[in-house]
Amino acid sequence: MARIGVFVCHCGENISRTVDTAAVAQALGEMPGVAHSTDYKYMCSDPGQSLIQAAIAEQKLDGVVVAACSPHMHEKTFRRAAANAGLNPFLCEMANIREQCSWIHDDREAATAKAIDLVRMIVEKVKHNQPLQPIHIPVTRRALVIGGGIAGIQAALDIADGGCEVVLVEKEPSIGGHMSQLSETFPTLDCSQCILTPRMVEVYQHPRIKLLSYSEVESLEGFIGNFKVTIRQKARFVDESKCNGCGDCTKKCPQKKIPSEFDAGLGTRTAIFVPFPQAVPNIPVIDRANCLLFKGRAKGKKKDVCGICARTCTRGAIDYDQEDRLVTEEVGAIVVATGYQLYTIGKIQPKEYLRGYGEYGYGEIPDVIDGLQFERLASASGPTAGEIRRPSDGKVPKTVVFLQCIGSRDPAKGIEYCSKICCMYVAKHTMLYQHKVHDGQAVVFFMDVRAGGKGYDEFTRRAMNEGALYLRGRVSKMYRDGEVIKVVGYDTLSGEQIVLDADMVVLATAMMPQLGIESLAQTLSVSYDQYGFINEAHPKLRPVETNTAGVFVAGACQAPRDIPDSVAMASAAASKILSLFSNAELSREPMVAHVNPATCTGCFHCERVCHFGAIQRKEVRDRQGNLIKVIAEVNEGVCQGCGTCQATCPSKSIELAGFTDAQVFSAINAIFA
Amino acid sequence: MADEIQELTGIAAASCYQCGKCSAGCPMVGEMDFGPHKIMRLLQLGRGEKLFEDESIWLCLTCETCTARCPNQCDPARVIDGLREIAIRRFDTKAPKRISAFRRSFLDQIRRNGRLFEFGLVLDYKLKSGDLFSDVTSAPAMFLRGKLALSPRRIKGIRDVRRIFDACLESGEES
Repeated sequence: MARIGVFVCHCGENISRTVDTAAVAQALGEMPGVAHSTDYKYMCSDPGQSLIQAAIAEQKLDGVVVAACSPHMHEKTFRRAAANAGLNPFLCEMANIREQCSWIHDDREAATAKAIDLVRMIVEKVKHNQPLQPIHIPVTRRALVIGGGIAGIQAALDIADGGCEVVLVEKEPSIGGHMSQLSETFPTLDCSQCILTPRMVEVYQHPRIKLLSYSEVESLEGFIGNFKVTIRQKARFVDESKCNGCGDCTKKCPQKKIPSEFDAGLGTRTAIFVPFPQAVPNIPVIDRANCLLFKGRAKGKKKDVCGICARTCTRGAIDYDQEDRLVTEEVGAIVVATGYQLYTIGKIQPKEYLRGYGEYGYGEIPDVIDGLQFERLASASGPTAGEIRRPSDGKVPKTVVFLQCIGSRDPAKGIEYCSKICCMYVAKHTMLYQHKVHDGQAVVFFMDVRAGGKGYDEFTRRAMNEGALYLRGRVSKMYRDGEVIKVVGYDTLSGEQIVLDADMVVLATAMMPQLGIESLAQTLSVSYDQYGFINEAHPKLRPVETNTAGVFVAGACQAPRDIPDSVAMASAAASKILSLFSNAELSREPMVAHVNPATCTGCFHCERVCHFGAIQRKEVRDRQGNLIKVIAEVNEGVCQGCGTCQATCPSKSIELAGFTDAQVFSAINAIFA
Repeated sequence: MADEIQELTGIAAASCYQCGKCSAGCPMVGEMDFGPHKIMRLLQLGRGEKLFEDESIWLCLTCETCTARCPNQCDPARVIDGLREIAIRRFDTKAPKRISAFRRSFLDQIRRNGRLFEFGLVLDYKLKSGDLFSDVTSAPAMFLRGKLALSPRRIKGIRDVRRIFDACLESGEES
């Protein structure tokens, strides 16, 4: 006969207000197999736990049921208490009579009867519980960081400085991300590149960082501590080991008028190019779509048409026949830091729920630009060498209108969220503009100024004090009228309809996750929201973890974030990873599935239903080495204990430890007994 | 009032965040004491009754620019229409004389010809409203440009148009 102890908690008044806890304890005390039953005001308190521990010792209990709150709340607490008293922790279980009973009922008598049933179920289950031991899995102390913007750079440096190796994957030819495109940063107006480029060089020179630029993650196998990543290194057509970054090839390239991605389309680049002078690595890439030689090959010409770069290169680094390479890396943890892209107001949108702004000309009015383009105009390294000149005719604009919340906070255009950084960068833009064009007037149409952050509100106030005119309202329409752009708006504070003649309009467009983030998230088995932002494991308490153990998130791929927030998040993710790597092994709960090899028929229904890829195939051979059958086997490191395989197995050969059929069915039978 | 409007039109005034994009594009906002966003605001504040003491809701042309541009799909044009319905039903309020005279003349033209006969409209309106002399100076220029025909042109499906009018009158939807 089992000797089970039942401990009924009042939870202050949370439970005892609706459930007669003394009656529950008494009813359970009369149940066969229950050796001890009592109630107490706070079981989770120190005296409450001592009560349990004393009973385990005195009554020689072989199972414990605590009738209290949800196991989410205190299962760990009580299992630890039981373990300290010498009982295997997995012989201790909780019956939830708070969330599932006292909180949701009013009728005291009925609630008490239900509570008794709930506790009886768990008592019957515990009668079939087996002692279990935690599972230990080894940890590869090496991290993968996906994305080489400021978040990825920070995470990589922190982990590498902590003594662990890092593989940093960046899809563009250079690391640096959007921050390298910015002119100056809020709220201090310090130069973006001046603070960023030293960190980029540090990444490149760090002995423990392996930088894979112009590369993308192709596939992922494994589980926390033991991932195997396949990375596609896209062909640069330049041999990284031979190139010394002299730049002669880019000077000689005859294709000079290609819009530069780095200059947000405002400047030009060559077909063999380095995105910007401070690029890391400083190794060019050939853009196949625009290279004469590759265009010639695509047309099937037998003789190569151009080849000037190869003839120019003194080191023989140009290799037109280079192909994509797949490399595999073994890592123990992953940081996703893929950053953002900007919403465009055009007619053609990347996602069906997005709508462009027809009332703003669908982006076809020249001199209507977005925030990143303004950054390039204001940047000393930009196409105008830092002079504010409008793209259409190169004139210095005397009236610049800035529109906030374009795309953002606009459900009709598909995005409901606030992009968070625009209020700040628009204030910055007005200052940069007015500092450079002294007789210029900056006008801002805003809905609310959201400037929470250290020194942030002071910054937006400064922009207003320095002469930017802030009008509260959305603009209804913009159209070209000769040399100017007519901006039709309304100032809700004065109640005036306002029509402005603008020389240039800058749109603070929404921050959105990078295109293709969904397929990366699926590769990594992490969840994402309706917009594609990666979901954190808990919005408050686990902000940098994802729902897949060992995969972390940092920066603007999780939500719109500014530089300080992205850096803080990256450092948080790095410290989480370093704490993970401080263990030689991981221990995890033993709630994983096990296969009975004697009865498994090898139908592999379990393999098909397993979401986590935890089912492996195992050959069973006789002593002579002849194959008898192939059966399923569970990879304990990968199994998440969901139980889907158990529900599916036709021959009842696979069972989840802690939730075996015997346990679950005895619990159910207890209600009908 | 906001609840009544929601019941009538299905539009929740609370979903308006007062960005003013409706009023920014409104061709009549200069004439109105309460532009579309202020109408939404008064509903939010529970002071919608105030709108019945004022001409604003009757000045709306129902061009629906506000509705087309609203980020929150609040449909201010429909809300204003709803307010007019309530005004007429509950308070027996009629639109201000000039406005109702114009509407009546307009609808009479449609009923008679199936399409607008501008000259007849203007004549009828002026007689109904007593506002005989405003804008008359622009008539010669319009006439010279062929904007004012002297005789009406009736459409083919005039019987159907009249059936629509009769059906509307029967169901008591006269406005």
